[in-house]
Amino acid sequence: MSEAINLKAILKEAQIQDVLEELDRELVGLLPVKRRIREIAAFLLVSKARQKVGLEAGTPSLHMCFTGNPGTGKTTVAMKMAAILHRLGYVRKGHVVSVTRDDLVGQYIGHTAPKTKEVLKKAMGGVLFIDEAYYLYRPENERDYGQEAIEIMLQVMENNRDDLVVILAGYKDRMDTFFQSNPGMSSRIAHHIDFPDYEPDELMAIAHSMVGQMHYQFDAQSERAMVDYIAHRRGQPHFANARSIRNALDRARLRQANRVFDSAMAGSGTIQAEALKTITEEDIRASRVFSAAKE
Amino acid sequence: MRITQGQFSFLPDLTDEEIRKQVDYAIGRGWALSVEWTDDPHPRNTYWNMWGIPMFEIKDGAAVLFEVNACRKAHSGVYIKVNAFDNTRGVESMCMSFIVQRPAQEPGFGLVRQEAGGRHIHYTTHSYATDKPMGERY
Repeated sequence: MSEAINLKAILKEAQIQDVLEELDRELVGLLPVKRRIREIAAFLLVSKARQKVGLEAGTPSLHMCFTGNPGTGKTTVAMKMAAILHRLGYVRKGHVVSVTRDDLVGQYIGHTAPKTKEVLKKAMGGVLFIDEAYYLYRPENERDYGQEAIEIMLQVMENNRDDLVVILAGYKDRMDTFFQSNPGMSSRIAHHIDFPDYEPDELMAIAHSMVGQMHYQFDAQSERAMVDYIAHRRGQPHFANARSIRNALDRARLRQANRVFDSAMAGSGTIQAEALKTITEEDIRASRVFSAAKE
Repeated sequence: MRITQGQFSFLPDLTDEEIRKQVDYAIGRGWALSVEWTDDPHPRNTYWNMWGIPMFEIKDGAAVLFEVNACRKAHSGVYIKVNAFDNTRGVESMCMSFIVQRPAQEPGFGLVRQEAGGRHIHYTTHSYATDKPMGERY
């Protein structure tokens, strides 16, 4: 007996194509990540089809780990992942509960278990996103309550895998150490996705889309200044990819507002709409990043 | 004698899937869910033991089922119910309450007659199970 299953119909029914396209459109670069997400989506789609013909019984393990430097889009991708899982019916509600160590680990004996369970219950039916997950395990303090939180999580991740999906996120090297000391956690996570740093031209594209979202614009000079800025900033410590770009733009907006205000006050008080939305070269060149580079 | 208290008690016991659906309905209405247990099921006993604190801010029935199962494990063979509380100002009361676990044997209630002054009789119901001390009743 051979049954035919129409994958296209399932794909259409799940409407994940939109989410994948959104992911492609909204996120600059991150090609390996997008490829992995597509692979996972295809895998889930095929499992769904296999379930329909009775080839597969249980749900596949869906817990994931996102590693990468700050500002590489881990949280954003987690939101998209939740949407994909929701549309394919692997999580019932599709909400994302984003937590850090503080939300899971208590301050005294007996405080951790209820706290962790509370968070896990809130996340049921959706995705639990644990940012900086490696902080949960502190080897230097053997009485740290983080271990307790990890054990409770492991139990729920195993027994309630139909009810919630856990996504851990953090720096690559520190997550690796975390998994080495917690083999139980490592073996329960099916998908490891590494987020690469952005290239300068990708960062520039990000800057463009951010400026557009805020309804500002660059002129030719400020655009060149931004390219310079990115080149300098990348070499400096605490560079957080897209987040650094956002902060730089926020500060440039402040300087722009100041400049526009001063020039209007000095003159007749009128101002062109064009001047209100343009970020000029001096707004960007005034950044500390350039003065640090000269020293 | 099968105890009939709260909703659905004249129906066969709810399955876990049915419990989850009822709970999802309550969550959809914005009600807070709580789990309670007792081994004294007298109809006027409104003070059941709380299993944890009421659950606000949950999104899915699985969370309640998780607690119900934890309670079943800790207190097998006694009564467990799920309540839904509407905290809207002016309502502030239980909107749903149904039993999700009951003992295999339910001895039921007896009628007690108390002779009072002037040949008056006071009637009351008495749960046979409560003749035994707590923890040995079912």
